[in-house]
Formats: sequence, structure tokens, C-alpha cells
Amino acid sequence: MTFDQSRLGKSGEAFAAAADQGRPALVGYLPVGYPDVATSIEAVVALTEGTDGTGCDVVEIGIPYTDPVMDGVAIQRAGTAALERGVHTRDVFPAVEAVAATGTPALVMTYWNLIERYGVRAFARDFAAAGGAGLITPDLTPDEAGEWCAASDEYGLDRVFLVAPSSTDKRLATTVRACRGWVYATAVMGVTGARAETSNAAPALVGRVRALGAGLPVGVGLGVSNGDQAAAVGATADGVIVGSALVSTLLAAEAAGTPGDLGALRALVSDLSAGVRRAERP
Amino acid sequence: MTTRLPDDQGHFDTFGGRFVPEALFAALDQLETEFRAAQADPEFQAELRSLLTDYAGRPSPLTEAKRFSAYCGNATVLLKREDLNHTGSHKINNVLGQALLTRRMGKTRVIAETGAGQHGVATATAAALFGLRCTVYMGEVDTQRQALNVARMQMLGAEVVAVAAGSRTLKDALNEALRDWVASVDDTHYIIGTVGGPHPFPEIVREFQRVISTETKAQMLERYGRLPDAVLACVGGGSNAMGMFADFIGDPEVALLGFEAGGDGVETGRHAATIAEGQVGVLHGMRTYVLQDSDGQTKESHSISAGLDYPGVGPEHAWLAATGRASYEPVTDTEAMEALKILTQTEGIMPAIESAHAVAGAMRVGRRIAETDPDARPVFVICLSGRGDKDVDTAIRWFGLDGSADKTAGNL
Repeated sequence: MTFDQSRLGKSGEAFAAAADQGRPALVGYLPVGYPDVATSIEAVVALTEGTDGTGCDVVEIGIPYTDPVMDGVAIQRAGTAALERGVHTRDVFPAVEAVAATGTPALVMTYWNLIERYGVRAFARDFAAAGGAGLITPDLTPDEAGEWCAASDEYGLDRVFLVAPSSTDKRLATTVRACRGWVYATAVMGVTGARAETSNAAPALVGRVRALGAGLPVGVGLGVSNGDQAAAVGATADGVIVGSALVSTLLAAEAAGTPGDLGALRALVSDLSAGVRRAERP
Repeated sequence: MTTRLPDDQGHFDTFGGRFVPEALFAALDQLETEFRAAQADPEFQAELRSLLTDYAGRPSPLTEAKRFSAYCGNATVLLKREDLNHTGSHKINNVLGQALLTRRMGKTRVIAETGAGQHGVATATAAALFGLRCTVYMGEVDTQRQALNVARMQMLGAEVVAVAAGSRTLKDALNEALRDWVASVDDTHYIIGTVGGPHPFPEIVREFQRVISTETKAQMLERYGRLPDAVLACVGGGSNAMGMFADFIGDPEVALLGFEAGGDGVETGRHAATIAEGQVGVLHGMRTYVLQDSDGQTKESHSISAGLDYPGVGPEHAWLAATGRASYEPVTDTEAMEALKILTQTEGIMPAIESAHAVAGAMRVGRRIAETDPDARPVFVICLSGRGDKDVDTAIRWFGLDGSADKTAGNL
């Protein structure tokens, strides 16, 4: 797979580096503020380390939101708890700085109202200053993204938009054209959440994006919860995105009375990291 | 006002649009295409008209409220009786239209969000009539305060899902319905009950509710030979108000007055007065006024009326407010309940608490006009969007009734 260097940005370059090793990239998600801001910053750094220093190639940091329509119960629950404990949009910046300091690109995944409220250009400025790579926007499509496209151009940030199995060819082309960094393929028609079986729609969707010849990596998300699934999804995708399963380790730690215990999180990261390294690629 | 709104992207100037996951765009495009085809299809229109007439009971009467008018300065108050529709509110107008669209798209299941339960009951009713599977999402708090409507929906064959996330009210029911729809869009249509959500819903719901103002205009011209000086309606998401405003937007001599839920009073922060107190933002797929904090997190709204307890508002109302064509004022719980009692005891018509906000608005505006212009004799039409049967429990608590008789006869 050859990528278009001019469109890779910081996060796409991490995909390209993984591809140079003959494997898909691993993308891990956690929200800032859960179980508290300080622990969540340790946790996003742990995503880059696992148990043995090898972890995610790209980190996605979520900003909790009151109305997360794209998220299943695990991410909802963590986000609601984080909001009750007083997390603010600005808390994402130290988390971004901490990840960027490890050399791993940090993206922020956020519902759009939070960015509008902060000010699109102001957020781009402060986020770039913190070392952030770009934004993933689940409820903002290129149709409404004029202001964000201008701000991301000005501050050199990646724009990762989502595509879905239901996307028409026309929309797929428009969306992929608007992306910088990589393309986020939601392989399951549904909200986030670990699933026993991942989607068989993924290879078809990845193929449709690649057929556009955009030269951008394609990450596949929604449903992956362990190394075997990561290996299976990674056989056809350029990247494997994991969120709810990682969040669930933190929910379980808190339920067990040890909210600061990142052991299960690190173990899962290492399992996933091994998974993408044994993906059998065509 | 000759420009067609919304535009092709669903914008009312800067409001509206589509802020939803990409996965839903194909369904929204299909819905828009089918809606435009249906609007131009005489057979579809004839079937809808027949349902509205022979099933829902339209046209709804325009009732002159003579004794109640005495509470409104020098105004003559007329009531557009949406409370007399089948299922007890204006919600049936939109639901019948969208159920026909569902069938036209070849889908077999409908989902809906509901606050007070009126839209849920209407949707469950249409689902029964059309033989569609139906799931209604309702905030857990609302299932408790509107248990009777939960039972009605279940009797109609619908599955009712209590939503335990977030504030457990209407906004969270809407979130959960959107989550269902992302996963079920192949065979499922989401019947949104208000003039909100992503394009084309605000336009579709407005067009299916437009019948309220079309009838009102004809009834006014026929009986009074003139248009009203003002039309008044309560505004939560804003569907009955949009229906009442639609045909009058182009008549500048008719004032368009919306009344939002002021809850405990806007100064307390416990209210649902989105236009009065909100800021422009994005919620539930649309850009509009939103009750939000300084981070953009949605604030919980408060109202005695579950149907108005919503922290957003339809984008066309945001536009009408921003352009000054319509004006919006908050009405508190106390004012609404007082108006409910007065209308009930002067006219024998018990309105839904939602509609009582517009009734209170008529009293306030009528008296205001009488003070500033004692010679004016304005004519108001209030959209009486629903009946109060569902609210008797709330009335019992509010007025300190206990449901026992005043006295006993027949004892020795």
C-alpha cells in the first residue's frame, strides 16, 4: 500500500510507519477525566506503553459530552462519571501534551458542540500548541465543516471524518477528499461497544475507500475487543481502532474499588498490540 | 419571504443543517427524496387527507372562548382545538404523515422519542393502524410521571424503553432513539415528533403540522372575514407552534407568539426557556439555540410539563426569533397552572399543561395590550395543542386536591 505523503499529516505518518513494518496500526481511545483527570492522563500514556513498552501507534482522546449519540453504554458511563466529577474541555490539553511527549500522535475525538463553544479557531490554536495531531468528529461531516477545514489548514491539523457501510459512493468520495491523516471506517452500523463478532462489512468498506485512490490509510473501528479480533480486522485494514474495550477495563477497576489500577488496561493494550503484529496481510 | 426555507442543505440561514453520524446520511437522503415525491403525489395527499378527516377527526373546531376572554384584557380569544384530535393532541397530524412515508419507503418498523407520552401514544397508534412494529424511547423520569401513557402505548402493542442515561428525560430519549436508528436504519424509520433534529425532519414535521394554520386561516376568513391579530402557541421543540405559524409567516399583520416553559422562573436557572436563555450551538443534529454551560455541555431543563422539558428548540423557531418575525416569552409553572384552572373553569375545557403555557401567554399579552392601547380590540387564536386528561395527577398535586369527594350524601 502506498500512501500520499502530502496528505498523511502526523497521524497518517504513524499508519505509514506501521505499514513499513508490514502490519496495521493500533489506535486506542480513552476519554479524559475518567476515573479522574490525573488518572486519565496516566491512562492515555499507558496506551502507548502496554506492559512492555509497546502499545498504540495513535492515541484518541475523547472529551466527555452530555449527549453522545454515537456511543454505547461503556463510553457513555465513563463520560457521565467524568462530567459529574467536573471534567472540562480544557482538561484535554494536558492529556494531549502527555501523549505527544511520548512521540505518539494524539488525536481528539469530540462531539462538535464542545468545539463550537470553545471557538473552532481558538481550539485549533490551543490544541496545536499542546502538540495535538488532529480531530476525529463523529457528528461533523464535511457538509458542515467549512470553519473546521479552514482552522485545521491554518494550524496544520489532521481532519479524520467517518465513513460507513451505508455511505453512497458520492458521499464516500466527498468525505475521503476532505480527510487529512486517515479515514475512519465505522464497520458496524451501530454505536461503539465491544462485540463478540466484528463486522464482515469492514473489508468491503475498506475496499471501496481504497478504490477511490485517495492514498490515505483506512482505520476500522467499532467492536474490536481483543488481540484475535485485532488480528482479524487488521488483515484487511490499515489500522485497528479500539475504544469501548479499553474503557471497560477502567470501569471494572473502579467497580473493584481500585480506580487507579491500570494493570488490566496495560494487559489489554499488549494483547491488542500483539494482535496487530500477527495480522495476516494479503 | 419568497425564498424557500430551508435551503437544499436544510439551513434556515445559519440554523438547522445536519450534524449526525455519517451512517445516517443515506437514510436522511432517502427520507428527503420520498418526502418530496410524496408531496407531489396526489394519491399520497388524498390518503393523508382521508386519514386526517376520517380517522383523526379533522378539521378541528375553532372555538370562541367568551368567558375566558374576560381574563385577557380587551382581546377576543379563539381556541384551535387540536385537543379534540384522536389521541388527544396535534401529534397525530405528523405521525400519520410519517407513517405513510414509512410504508412508502418499504420499512416495517418505527421508533419514536417521547416526553409527556403524547407523541409516543400517537406513534404507537399509527403503528397499530399500519401494522408496523414500534419501539418508543422515554426518559426513565418521564415513564414514572406519565405511567398512564406508558400503559396506553403498551396496550397499542408498542415496546416502551425507559432511558436511564443522562438526565433521564426527553433529550436522553432522543439520544437513545438516534442510537437505535444508526443500527436499524435498513428496516426502521425514526418518526421524530418535533420540528427538530437533522434535515429534513424540521421541514417534514412543519409540513405535516401546517394543516393547523391552513384550517385556522380558512375558519377565520369564513367566520370573521379577517385574519387574527396574533396566533399563540407553546414551544418545547416547537411542532404545534410551527404548525400554527406556518401559513401566517407571510402575513406580517399577524403576530406570531411562542411561549416557552419558564419552569420555576428563568432567574432560578430551573426552566426550559431555550430561546430566551440559550446560546447558539449544536444538539440532536441541528444548529439552534441550546441551554448549555460554558463548555457546551447541555444543561438540564426543568418544567412542570414533560412535553416542554427540552433544552433545544426547532431551528426554524431559532430563525424566526433571530429575524424578529416571531417573538417568544417564558411562562412559569405557576402561571401555566393558574391559566389551566381558569380555562377549565370558564370554558369547560381542560388543556394539557403544555398548551396551558400558551393560554397563560394570551392572558399576559391581552392585559398588556389593554394597558398600552385601551382602544384596541385584538383577536387572538391560541393553539390548544392537547387535552389535559394526562395531567390530572399533576393537577391533584399542584392544587392540593386529594381525589376525595366534597361531601357524602345518603348516609343515615
